[in-house]
Amino acid sequence: MDKKKRRSITRGIILAVLAVAIGYTVYAAWTKDKIEIVNVGSKAPDFEVIDLNGERHRLEDYKGEGVLLNFWGTWCAPCEREFPAMTRQYETYKDLGVQIIAVNFAQSDFEVRKYVDNMGMNFPVAIDKTKSVFTAYNIDPLPTSIFIKPDGTVDRIITGEMSESQIVSYLESIKPE
Amino acid sequence: MNKLLCECGHENPEGTKLCQKCGRPLSAEEKDNKIADMRYEGTAIRSKTYNKSIIDKVWNFFSSVKVGITLIIINLVVASIGTILPQEFYVSVATDAEKEAYYSDVYGWFGEVYYALGLSDVYSSIWFQILVLMLGVSIIIASIDRGFPLHKSLKNQRVKRHASFMKRQRVIAEGQPAEKGDETLALVEQKLKELNYNVRREDQSILAERGRFSRYGPYVNHVGLIVFIMGVMLHLIPGFYVDDSMWLREGETRAIPGMEGYFLKNDKFILETHDNVPQGEQLKQGVNVVAKNFQTNATLYKQKEDAVAGQADDLEKIKDYEIRVNHPLKYEGYAFYQMDYRLNELKSMIFDLTHKETEQSLGQLTVDLTNPEEEYELNDGAKVKLLAYYPDFAGFKDGVPQTATASPNNPAFIFKMFTPEKPDGETSFVAIQQTLEPNGENIYKMKFANVETRNMTGLTIRYDRTLPVLFIGGIIFMIGVVMGSYWNHRRIWIEQSADGTVHLAAHTNKNWFSMKKDLDKLTDAAYLPRYVDQQESKLDEQQELEDKQETEKEGKTL
Repeated sequence: MDKKKRRSITRGIILAVLAVAIGYTVYAAWTKDKIEIVNVGSKAPDFEVIDLNGERHRLEDYKGEGVLLNFWGTWCAPCEREFPAMTRQYETYKDLGVQIIAVNFAQSDFEVRKYVDNMGMNFPVAIDKTKSVFTAYNIDPLPTSIFIKPDGTVDRIITGEMSESQIVSYLESIKPE
Repeated sequence: MNKLLCECGHENPEGTKLCQKCGRPLSAEEKDNKIADMRYEGTAIRSKTYNKSIIDKVWNFFSSVKVGITLIIINLVVASIGTILPQEFYVSVATDAEKEAYYSDVYGWFGEVYYALGLSDVYSSIWFQILVLMLGVSIIIASIDRGFPLHKSLKNQRVKRHASFMKRQRVIAEGQPAEKGDETLALVEQKLKELNYNVRREDQSILAERGRFSRYGPYVNHVGLIVFIMGVMLHLIPGFYVDDSMWLREGETRAIPGMEGYFLKNDKFILETHDNVPQGEQLKQGVNVVAKNFQTNATLYKQKEDAVAGQADDLEKIKDYEIRVNHPLKYEGYAFYQMDYRLNELKSMIFDLTHKETEQSLGQLTVDLTNPEEEYELNDGAKVKLLAYYPDFAGFKDGVPQTATASPNNPAFIFKMFTPEKPDGETSFVAIQQTLEPNGENIYKMKFANVETRNMTGLTIRYDRTLPVLFIGGIIFMIGVVMGSYWNHRRIWIEQSADGTVHLAAHTNKNWFSMKKDLDKLTDAAYLPRYVDQQESKLDEQQELEDKQETEKEGKTL
C-alpha cells in the first residue's frame, strides 16, 4: 500500500509540473502581444524627459510621490478629451504629492507647443523624440496612462480614454499616505 | 497490490507477463503464445497496472501509445491546414474587420469560413498550443512509464532462464553437440567474446548480450524532442527571443524596440533598379523595373552607462553599416534585416508668398514638416507666421481642422501673412489643392512651389538565444535515432544439462538476419545443434498453404 501511495505522489508531482509548464506557456503566449515589459505590480522603468519649459523630470526623483505618466499624440481624439479633466485634477493633486507627466509621441515642437497652449495644460509635457520612453514602456495604443505608486511600482495601466471620475479615483489610489 | 507468485518462488508485480527471475510465462494469455512477447521484457507496464485514482487515469491517458499517435496525427493535420491560406501575420492589413474582408475578398467563401474558424491565425491560437504541449506531455509520460521498467529489467537480467522461457523464444536449438561435448560452453564463451558479446556465465548457463544500449534509442530520441519543445517554449521568456520591427525615416534616430539602451539612425535609404530594357519573362509579367538593391545606411548608437530611457542626447556611436537584403547589421546577437520601405514621404514644402494679381513674389519659405518654425522672415520686411500645422489633414470638425495621424501624408497649414500692403496680416488656410480665406478676400497667397521628400525604411530586429537549445535538442534526437536504427540488441541464452544436451535461445529486437549470421558462426565453432526459427517455420507453413491454394485456384481458372 505504501508503495502505491508513493507512486501516486510521484505521478501527481510529475503531472502537476507538466500542468504548470503548459499553463505558463499558454499564459505567456497569450500575454505576449500585450504589454510585456511593464506589468502592474512591477517596478516602473526609470526615465528622464525634458519638458517644454526645459525642466528635467526623472522618475526616480519622484520617489515618495505618485506619478501619472500619460502617453499621447496631437491627433489622438480620446487624448484630447481627457486633458481638460487632467488639467482640473492636477490643480488639486499637485499639492497632494501626485505628479502628472504627459509624454508626446515624437511630434514637432511647434505642434506640441501650439496644442498645449490651446488646451491650457498646466502639467509638464515632454516630447519623446527618439521614442525611447515609449519603447521602454512598450506603449500601444494611445492614450495609455500609467499610474505609479510612491514606492515606484506600477499601480495600474489604462489604455484608452478615462472619465474624470476614473482619473480622480486612480489618482487617489497613488496619493502618498 | 496483488503479487504474482511464480513457480520458481519469485514475486512479480501485477501485470507481469514473464517472470522477472526465471522467465516463465505468468499470464494465461502469455502461456498460450508459442513465442514469448519480449516487448519491455515482459515487465508490467506501469500504466496498465493501476487504473484507480484520477491521477492514475490522467497518467494512463497520456502514457497510451494510441493517444500519442492520435495526438501526432491531429497536430499534423491542424498544422497543415494552417498552410492552405496565408496566415494573418503575412496579411498586411491592420484591423480585424480588414482582415475578415481580405480573406473573403481574396479567397471567397472558403476564406470566410477559414477566417471564421480561426484557422487564419492557427499557430498562435491557444488550442493549437495546448495540442502541441499535450503531445509533449504524452512523450514525457510515455517515456517515464515505459523507460524505467525497461531499464530495470535490462539491468537485472538473470543468466539462468526456465526451459519454458527458452523454448518460447523465436530462434532456438536443442540437442547434443556434434563434437567435444565437454568443452562446448568454453568454446561458446570464447566465440561469443570474439564476436564482441558481453558474456556472463553461471554454472552451466551462459547469457551473451550485445548492443543493449540501442534499446535506449527511442528514449534518448524523446529526450531530444522534449529539449526541442523546451527551446521553443523559451521564445516566450523575456530575454531569449526578440522578433520586432521598426520604421525609420531618413535622418531619424529612435530607440530600438526589444534592444534596451540602443538607438538606430537611418542616414539614407537607397533603392536601386536595373535600368535594362524589359525583355522575356519580365515583359510577360508586365514588370517595368527590377530592383537591384534595397539598402539602409544606418548608424547604431548606445546610451551611456547608467543612462535611463529618454536620455538620448549623449549617445555613443557603435558602428555604421549598410544594411542590405541578406546582409543584416549584426551586433551582440541582434540582427537588423532590411524588410520593407516607403518612398517619397513628404519632408518639407516650399511656398512663394505671392501677390495674387501681379504674381509678384515676396520671397520663398521652406516648411520643414518634422520641425516647422513659428515665423519665417522674407524680403522687404514681409514675414509669414505659422499659426497651425496639421500633418495629416482630415477635414473640419466643429470648424476646427483635424489631423488623422502624425505622419505628413496630407499637410495643411494656417498661415498669417504680413506684407507691406497688409501690416496687420492676412490669414489663409492652405492644404493640398485647397485654400480657404476665413477673414475675407486676401491680397496675397501662399503659392505652392515645390516639395522635398525622403524615404522610410522598414527593418526587422531579431535576437534568438534559443537556437543552441534547439540545436542540442536536434542532435540528441538524431543520436537517439541512430542508436535505435543502426544497432540492435542481440541476446543468446545457452544451457547445457548434465547429459550434455545443449539448449539455446536467441532474441534480437531487429535485424534477425545478422543475428542468424552470428549464430551460424557460433554453431560452427562450438559444434552446436542446428537452430530453428519458430516464426519463420510457421510463416513457411502458412506460405506453403497459401501457395497451394493459389495454384489450386489458378488450376481451376485454367
